[in-house]
Amino acid sequence: MNKEELKKIKEETLARKKKTWIRVGMATCGIAAGAQDTYFALREELKKHKLTVDIRKCGCVGKCSAEPLVEVAMEGMPTVFYHHLTKDKVPQLVETHFLKKTVWHNQTISLQDPHQLRIVLRNCGIVDPDNIKDYIALGGYAALARVLEMKPEDVIDQVKKSGLRGRGGAGFPTGLKWELTRKVPADQKYIICNGDEGDPGAYMDRGVLEGDPHAVIEGMMIAGYAIGANKGFFYIRAEYPLAVERIEKAIKQCLSNKLLGQNIMGSSFSFDIEVRLGAGAFVCGEETALIASIEGKRGYPHPRPPYPAVKGLWDKPTCINNVETLANLPPILTNGAAWFAGIGHEKSKGTKVFAVTGKVKQSGLVEVPMGTTIRDIVFNIAGGAANNKKVKAVQTGGPSGGVIPEQFFDTPVSYENLQNLGSIMGSGGMIVMDEDDSMVDITKFYLGFCVDESCGKCAPCRIGGTQMLRILNRITAGEGTLADLDKLRSISQAMQKASLCGLGQTAPNPVVSTLRYFEHEYRALIKEPAPKQ
Amino acid sequence: MVKAIINSIPVEVAENTTILDAASTVGVKIPNLCKHPDLRASAACGLCVVKVKGSPKMPRACCTPVQEGMDIITHDAEIVSVRKTVVELMLSAHPNECTVCGRNANCEFRRTLSDFGIREEIFDKISPQLPIDATTGVIVLDPSKCIKCGRCVVVCQEVQNVWALSFLERGIKTRISPAGDINLADSPCVRCGQCSAHCPTGAIIEKDDTDKVWAALQNPKKHCVVQIAPAVRVTLGEHFGFEPGTNLSKKIYTALRRMGFKAVFDTNFGADLTIMEEASEFVERFVHGKSALPLITTCCPSWVDFMEKFHPDMIEHFSSAKSPHEMLGVMAKTYYAGKKGFSASDVEVVSIMPCTAKKYETHRSKEMNASGYQDVDTVLTTRELSRMIRQAGIDFANLPDEECDHILGEYTGAGTIFGATGGVMEAALRTAAYFVTKENLPKVDFENVRGLKGVKETTVTIAGKEIRIAVAHGLANVEYVINKIREAKKAGAPLPYHFVEVMACPGGCIAGGGQPYGVTDELRAKRAKGLYAEDQGLPRRCSHDNPYIQQLYKEFLDKPLSDKSHHLLHTTYTARPLYQR
Repeated sequence: MNKEELKKIKEETLARKKKTWIRVGMATCGIAAGAQDTYFALREELKKHKLTVDIRKCGCVGKCSAEPLVEVAMEGMPTVFYHHLTKDKVPQLVETHFLKKTVWHNQTISLQDPHQLRIVLRNCGIVDPDNIKDYIALGGYAALARVLEMKPEDVIDQVKKSGLRGRGGAGFPTGLKWELTRKVPADQKYIICNGDEGDPGAYMDRGVLEGDPHAVIEGMMIAGYAIGANKGFFYIRAEYPLAVERIEKAIKQCLSNKLLGQNIMGSSFSFDIEVRLGAGAFVCGEETALIASIEGKRGYPHPRPPYPAVKGLWDKPTCINNVETLANLPPILTNGAAWFAGIGHEKSKGTKVFAVTGKVKQSGLVEVPMGTTIRDIVFNIAGGAANNKKVKAVQTGGPSGGVIPEQFFDTPVSYENLQNLGSIMGSGGMIVMDEDDSMVDITKFYLGFCVDESCGKCAPCRIGGTQMLRILNRITAGEGTLADLDKLRSISQAMQKASLCGLGQTAPNPVVSTLRYFEHEYRALIKEPAPKQ
Repeated sequence: MVKAIINSIPVEVAENTTILDAASTVGVKIPNLCKHPDLRASAACGLCVVKVKGSPKMPRACCTPVQEGMDIITHDAEIVSVRKTVVELMLSAHPNECTVCGRNANCEFRRTLSDFGIREEIFDKISPQLPIDATTGVIVLDPSKCIKCGRCVVVCQEVQNVWALSFLERGIKTRISPAGDINLADSPCVRCGQCSAHCPTGAIIEKDDTDKVWAALQNPKKHCVVQIAPAVRVTLGEHFGFEPGTNLSKKIYTALRRMGFKAVFDTNFGADLTIMEEASEFVERFVHGKSALPLITTCCPSWVDFMEKFHPDMIEHFSSAKSPHEMLGVMAKTYYAGKKGFSASDVEVVSIMPCTAKKYETHRSKEMNASGYQDVDTVLTTRELSRMIRQAGIDFANLPDEECDHILGEYTGAGTIFGATGGVMEAALRTAAYFVTKENLPKVDFENVRGLKGVKETTVTIAGKEIRIAVAHGLANVEYVINKIREAKKAGAPLPYHFVEVMACPGGCIAGGGQPYGVTDELRAKRAKGLYAEDQGLPRRCSHDNPYIQQLYKEFLDKPLSDKSHHLLHTTYTARPLYQR
């Protein structure tokens, strides 16, 4: 494939596009709500009425609570989304929309949202993830074509200037990470896409992998070209079978279209991709443990230095980027660093995808410019708490993060701001809690998660987590003492300071942050026994 | 070199020196439980955390290299409090069985608890009760006492390349175990005991056979004899306050005699006998072309076990000569017993060895019963002997020197250097040269095969013929040598070596799995030095010059490789599966 062929595919695909079509959201969220049944029922029903309509599947459009979502376009009619369109509603939909040619108003939903800006999710819910031509028609692989005409150093420079930071959680500048990897002389380098998303309630990466797999592949190839790697690995958790299936299919399509392999687009750049599945350990999302896992070893973290950029997979310089980070790259290289750097807030550029879940009216994937306030996300996008309850706090950053009480909701979202509030950006989980939720229970849940997922290598995390969980269980059973709060604090300090990897260092964060804002809830559960005689 | 500051003290160290090592150069000891000088840092315990000015984190001193200009604080109230909490957490997951633990006198964890002044257990006791694995009969694995430092796993996988031990499960349930959760005896374990020598606690210890020896000494029907391995004489003193490497053979003879042994022999005599057989074997192969070269030494039972499991295609290269203590055992029950008018069953043979695998060797094949009975009844490690000496109320440090007993006692310098890597090779070359040329070499020292380099390759010329040699120690180093042989054989190329010595443990027997704890390369060098010093000072330094060996052949064995020698002094090998199930 070369630039001309790419252009030809784009034009042909666009020319073939019909004016009447149906898209069914078939990411995991849609399928869980019954989208597969809806899809087949639609085919049957249309066949019954001898209607030929192009039915496509697509990824998640973001309103997961409204699934199954069906988008319908017909000549002479407005293009609309139908929500909760389960298979039993299919006959009425076909009758109303296609036979009577009227919009079934009670069932439509507007997905226009001025608070959102879709860069990462630009194609999710639009593109057919199983069809490379669909992606090319939307401008796919044009950024790669452009990059292959640039010097790798200039690509890195563009990404550095864009201000893109790692979306996996820590927010390390992506361009800098690339530069460090590029600088190390080696006969072989690797790029790894970290798709081991594991925070409870977080599924941003799943959404992108399922909804727009080619965007991530294109991003990986750009990264590979920039750092000088000719081999990439997708490390995707095995609990994401659909994401794995779609990435594998997308890789095959790239191979058959010569977008992977030797001398891509006639350049000197050759690149291959393999997929590796995570076997269910959360810690394997940590860079060094992830590398050990790909090597076939026990997923234990290793001390850094040496950093993966110097000595990574099979001791070769390795760059690990998160799914969302990679999906940002094609638009950055298409629209330029200045465009991206113009979006966002202070040191946090671009957008961030959040999985907003919990006690909100509308849960789902949202993508907002950095700097959007928490209040906008929780109330204006997700609709605030269900059942007219009062929102108490949000939990961000997953088990490594913390809670942010409602009084801080006007804070603009950025890596630094969330950290100052005692939480972290993390990968983008945002769980909303209302007045009915006990913060101690919430803490117990998150800590329990980390205790289950501790790899067991280092003492502070392995034993500290377990001991803290015992204390929390005591407190919620009404058997806690005030001394237990001191113990929680001293274990937290030991874990934060003396754990080897990020998982252990951040595992006490839910405890620390709830003690910071909601110590009264702990104290309310403690009935200090009478002093001994 | 990089310059840095540790606790306001300027330091200058080589690049890539860790903070831990840099600190020790200026008298700063940073507590830790997982780092062992022999092993790469596993960074597991979290005790060695320090502060580096300008960083909010506390990096681990064991694995963080000093960088130019670093300003490091190793101890302040916050650091000590973090460390103390970590120690308290570890204690909460550790059983309070110190009084009946095999490491109660020298447990690194217990010492740490003492240093931190832990006076109460503030966290819930969550120590698990896991089954003890004593299936090897050699080392005892008690995973309940494990602090998950990872030393045993690193030494087993990376230094020994055996991969018998690994971590299973995760989180608080993490435990050491052979892969697949099978018994150690069913695993590829070669019983080298390096796990036990590196374990900081009582989670892996040698199986204690001292009771069996006390019982034999008490048994009026038994004529109890004992032998001490070459390497034991230069290490036992470490248990009694002697400088490492001090040669204490004569005090050990006295102690053993006072414990009640009827005769005290020396495995060095057995080593001289081994050389007579093995050097003859080498000459047979090298000069007369009988069976395949290279010849590979087999004194080390862990190496034999390793080869039978991992490299059975090398069996034809193995010397069939038994190891020195097995040779001495069978001589005690035949030659010596005959002279004394005993039957073989009257004699009880105890071997004091630096090694855990020797406990296994006594029953590894039917040839170990050449006398009609098990030739060596019991093997005690150096560590067990030190306990027996204390139990016997012997003031070891102040013992008078005594000589060992005839007729299996007197030895040459060749016998004594068996205890260090390269020693068997050097001893064999001295005698092989004599067998070929019928005269002793003018210089019997082969410095090129000495020292701690993992693989030593050299050539020596005897009677105008070049002999290519390799000496490997630490089983991970064997791979290189074996692969070279295998590749040459496959390609029909000239053999890379004619003679190969392998010892399973790094440094050889002086750092065997049953030796005193806390071994480092510095200690290995001191221990080896003790052996080479003895060799240097002995009037006879070649095995064939031992008059009692000559007498033995004259009176009993006829000559090396005679039928009788073959029957009593040689063994066979067999391929064994890596996993028994």
